[in-house]
Amino acid sequence: MATETAIEFVEVFKSFDAQSVLKGLDLRIPWSEITTILGPSGCGKSVTLKHVIGIERADVGKVVVAGYDMARIRHGELIELRKRIGVLFQSSALFDSMTVKENVAFGLRMHTRMSEEEIAERVHVCLDAVRLAGTEAKMPVELSGGMRKRAALARAIAMEPDFILYDEPTTGLDPNTSSVVGDYILKLQSELNVTSVVVTHDMPLARRVSDRVALLYDGKAVVQGAMEDVEAANNEVFELFVQGRLG
Amino acid sequence: MGKLFAFLGGQLAAFFIQVFQMFCYGVRCVTEMRHLYLYRHQIIEQCYAVGVSSLPLVCLISAFSGMAIAIQTAYQMEEYVPDYMVGALMVRSVILVLSPILLGLVLSGRVGAGVASELGTMKVSEQVDALASMAVDPVGYLMLPRMLAGAIMVPILVIYSFLVAIICGFAMSMIKMAITPTELVKGMKLYFEVYDVFVGLVKSVVYGGLLTFMGSYKGLCTAGGAQGVGRAATAAVVISSALVLILDYFLTHALLY
Repeated sequence: MATETAIEFVEVFKSFDAQSVLKGLDLRIPWSEITTILGPSGCGKSVTLKHVIGIERADVGKVVVAGYDMARIRHGELIELRKRIGVLFQSSALFDSMTVKENVAFGLRMHTRMSEEEIAERVHVCLDAVRLAGTEAKMPVELSGGMRKRAALARAIAMEPDFILYDEPTTGLDPNTSSVVGDYILKLQSELNVTSVVVTHDMPLARRVSDRVALLYDGKAVVQGAMEDVEAANNEVFELFVQGRLG
Repeated sequence: MGKLFAFLGGQLAAFFIQVFQMFCYGVRCVTEMRHLYLYRHQIIEQCYAVGVSSLPLVCLISAFSGMAIAIQTAYQMEEYVPDYMVGALMVRSVILVLSPILLGLVLSGRVGAGVASELGTMKVSEQVDALASMAVDPVGYLMLPRMLAGAIMVPILVIYSFLVAIICGFAMSMIKMAITPTELVKGMKLYFEVYDVFVGLVKSVVYGGLLTFMGSYKGLCTAGGAQGVGRAATAAVVISSALVLILDYFLTHALLY
């Protein structure tokens, strides 16, 4: 469905019991760019991503993804939309009872009629793209944190998605591995021309990969736009966040 | 007083919300049955986990319960009824009550807790969200195969338990009480009803589906890390054990009277 923006949040409110997480979030994410959602821990970044995949529903307001209003989307449409989205979860979320190959092949087996040879070929291509060829038979528990992130990334791209969502892709990784993950985000963006949303509080990563950024604070996007514009805007909250003084 | 009413009201509301949630999960399970072919590997895997893996435990408890019930029946009846009645009473007790309830309770612990902790761990480590994000319904992929496996495999385990308990009970009657095999078989033949087996199997289908459903439901609703997983497993065992005993009354009443 052709729309001007890939993902749009309009005045979105979301609470869990008595705790308000999103308090009127307005956010626009354009097609085929890397948009980074910044913010301190607990400000609702991951909840925002969960709205995009329909795991959470807004209490008030509108979330539109690829032209679908997520409050009114039909079950069949949601399934089709989710097939177009690859997600890299904060904890990698690899299925721990499956090998790396089975993890990467999972979506292909569930949603396509590809033969086992074709699936094996696709798995090999995806693992090769994240430099994990040869780890097909390993279990997730046998991989290091960085390798797990890359395996999860291979799983996220296996279905050739239109969107890739990265939830805290560098959390828990050392600076070198974080840099490698940043490389992959840029590499996949240039090769697949997807719409990427990166949720992070890692400023160096944001500076390196982002076309656009949005800073979430107190349940709202206090500033959003191209990275250079936001940095030049001298926004007080953004400055405090960059200095690591935003609570 | 006001606070007490508010507390009780809150608890009641939470209870009804949970019952409604369970109903919704049940409905989702039924609607996901149209994708059974897609979940065939999970169903076979779960049948193995629920059924084959439980066999040694079922064998052990059935053997000892069969022997215990043989001794108890002989002790209670020896003054009043002929020896062959021991066989008759023992077989009916095993088929109607002992095996279905005992397995319901034991498997609530072994299978129910296992399912709740497995799915609870998947929930807190975002694997359930990962499934949903990959356009796979967690209820269909995780809950439905476990429920079907419970409903299919527990009756098979119960039949196995009937046989083990009766054979061990007969052996105990012969060794300890010197009742002859002819007497035992005579009693069994006189009072054996195929309908009793049907009742025992109906109960076991219900208990099997129930304990795996409760384990899956509690697992998928887990929140709060390792502590949450522990709470989910405990709740699954407690609720399904209580429901097995409560449902046993209603099923017995409905099927026998």
